[in-house]
Amino acid sequence: MLDLLSGFVGELRNAGLPVSLTENLDAMEAVKHIPIEDRDAFKYALAATLVKNEQHWRAFETVFEVYFSLRGPEYNVGDEEGNGEFDPDSLEEWMSQQMQGMGGRGGGQDMSAEEIAEMLFRALLNADEAMMAAMARAAVTQFAGMEPGRPVGGTYYLYRTLRNLDLDGMLDRLIEESSQRYDGEMTPLAERLEREEFENRIEQLKREIEAEIRRRLVADRGVEAMAKTLRKPLPEDVDFMHASREEMANIRKAIQPLTRKLAARLARKRKHKRRGPLDFRATVRRSLSYGGVPAEPRFRHPRPNKPELIVVADISGSVAAFARFTLHLVYALQSQFSKVRSFVFIDGIDEVTHMFQNEEDITNAVHRVNTEADVVWVDGHSDYGHAFGVFWESFGKDVNAKSTMMFLGDARNNYHSTNAWVLKECQKRARSVFWLNPEPRSYWDTGDSVITEYSTYTDGVFECRNLRQLEGFVDNLA
Amino acid sequence: MNETMFGDLSGVREGLAKVEYLADDGIASVVFLAERLGKPVLIEGPAGTGKTELAKSVAAMSGARLIRLQCYEGLDEAKALYEWNYKKQLLRIQADRGVDAEHEDWVELQDDIFQDEFLLTRPLLEAISAEDKVVLLIDEVDRVEIETEALLLEILSDYQVSIPELGTIMASQIPLVFLTSNNTRELSEALKRRCLFLHIDYPDLEREKQIVLTKVAGISENLAEQIARVVRSIRQLELKKAPSVSETLDWARTLVLLGIENIDVEQAKETLHILLKYQSDIEKAAKELTVEA
Ligand SMILES: Nc1ncnc2c1ncn2[C@@H]1O[C@H](COP(=O)(O)OP(=O)(O)OP(=O)(O)O)[C@@H](O)[C@H]1O
Ligand SMILES: [Mg+2]
Repeated sequence: MLDLLSGFVGELRNAGLPVSLTENLDAMEAVKHIPIEDRDAFKYALAATLVKNEQHWRAFETVFEVYFSLRGPEYNVGDEEGNGEFDPDSLEEWMSQQMQGMGGRGGGQDMSAEEIAEMLFRALLNADEAMMAAMARAAVTQFAGMEPGRPVGGTYYLYRTLRNLDLDGMLDRLIEESSQRYDGEMTPLAERLEREEFENRIEQLKREIEAEIRRRLVADRGVEAMAKTLRKPLPEDVDFMHASREEMANIRKAIQPLTRKLAARLARKRKHKRRGPLDFRATVRRSLSYGGVPAEPRFRHPRPNKPELIVVADISGSVAAFARFTLHLVYALQSQFSKVRSFVFIDGIDEVTHMFQNEEDITNAVHRVNTEADVVWVDGHSDYGHAFGVFWESFGKDVNAKSTMMFLGDARNNYHSTNAWVLKECQKRARSVFWLNPEPRSYWDTGDSVITEYSTYTDGVFECRNLRQLEGFVDNLA
Repeated sequence: MNETMFGDLSGVREGLAKVEYLADDGIASVVFLAERLGKPVLIEGPAGTGKTELAKSVAAMSGARLIRLQCYEGLDEAKALYEWNYKKQLLRIQADRGVDAEHEDWVELQDDIFQDEFLLTRPLLEAISAEDKVVLLIDEVDRVEIETEALLLEILSDYQVSIPELGTIMASQIPLVFLTSNNTRELSEALKRRCLFLHIDYPDLEREKQIVLTKVAGISENLAEQIARVVRSIRQLELKKAPSVSETLDWARTLVLLGIENIDVEQAKETLHILLKYQSDIEKAAKELTVEA
């Protein structure tokens, strides 16, 4: 067991989860109290000791499913000691056992596609979970065409299985059937809710099928190899430029706390500089150590000042994916800082502060920026120099000793003139000037990138391609 | 901890159900483990999903006294841990002076005024020094500044408090500790390392229905099921703030009061403001529910 656990923790670390020694020890202690046969409880016990960030749950679950998928009452292949070794020869045998597991229903292998579809239909209609699981297994056996040793990924098998099941057709049939059972006319709301319920069950079935395929692949290839195949970047390591829709949603959720931290950091920086007014109570309390003489005056913390933030963001095509993220960042920032002014540019520049103000719905705000902001001057290709020049002319006077400036962009300037003097002027006046660049550092200054020319006049240029780096930037401000 | 509080794992679930808290596998396992390992639990999750209620319910089921420290920005040692009652101390100083002004001995006086008698016990110290069974709830810990978190570390790992003038006070028994957080900021690694972590999300359909049935008097199973379904449907939309369990319960109570047995679109729309707090969310949900899927 301990070997298995240490292999498991090792893989969590490989997947990027920060598991400390204490946490590892806690997990070893925890599993003494919860038997592995109680698979769900066992999983939660491990999670509670090893995963301290909700964003890491998915990664944890994947590793858990690989390491422990073949343990537990139903799937006990491998030896009883449970040292994680599987006998490849037993795979065939195991698969046929799986089929017998569905015993008395025609011996599995022999079930026709129609029979599977029919039984699945009943199972989904009646939310019969045991039967859904059994049919998931049958479907994988029948349709996935898995053979030991074939170097094919799980998604391929999943695709083959699902294609044969025609779940869209199944959904229509289920709704049809249930509306016939419904007494009276189904209202649109009732129909909507019924559809969602069936969609939910079908989702559950899909997860069941995925799990079954994974179990068989693990049995075939062993845990380490499978864990490696399934490894994905953690949410904080997902590249903004290549984030999928779902990943982007996760990133959005994580931005809010980060901006709050940024706000706190910037506010604290000033807090240290000044003292607040005398704290009378604390002074008297302190005076007790001196026999009642107020020898050591105490001060209240000064009220942290709301800092002023000026954000200047590139939303051109070369950083389009980054811009999606940028706009969310700006939106989140505006809710944290009372005084934020936001500018977006391509070859022209426009202030968009008002589009974020009092806008409860970020999608509306982003839509307004994309449709209303006047950012094209000539041809809609990046011209940092021109945009900066216009910025200085129109808004330079608003940059002052209270301002923190953040530039966001890849500094790919299409070989136009840079007007780097604008940054120089900004740096002279502002409290600080930072630049976040979404490109990998190794690309900087290649081609038309002029990042170094700008960086001379900043307090730092930071590579910012994922949440981890953004967080690093925020932490660095302390 | 030598005696175990709740027997086995299913004991936790059943015990909680008896005090009307419906736990899922994750919640029950972590509570069970917390007691077995003598470790604090850090509970995180969206607002109104039963984080605070869990701590209260664990106290109720085990007949322990609940001690609550509500966190807020600016919470300090004096409010969380202990404070010297300086008024009383001043009075003592004055009184001593009056009696024997010539022979005032500072050392003696100091011994005199830094004693239990002058100590104001705040929740953390109270939990540590309790003789009876207690559950300590440190609510909304993400509201205190990160520096203040450090205050908690000694207590959470060693169950003791050091008071410079008095020495170290150790707990005679390990209290069950729950910390809750809405994740408005990232908590320190040091704090997280010391705790078991439990994320409580919105309940699934079945559990939410059971919560409604348990908590709302006079509701039918049919209505509870519909409520749970509508709420699930609304939670799938991209909203500023999704409905919480407490909002589901409020909505359920309203529908019962209105004598509604089957929810139709009009009734749903008219009462949406109970489920949703932002006007933009209400509009979005109303629009979604009207169009056919
Ligand atoms: N599992 C549950 N069983 C029974 N009631 C529940 C459950 N979960 C939530 N509730 C109900 O929801 C209400 C809100 O729960 P609670 O106040 O504990 O939320 P919370 O997570 O602490 O929210 P916040 O983050 O806003 O403090 C409680 O009054 C309780 O009645
Ligand atoms: Mg609470």
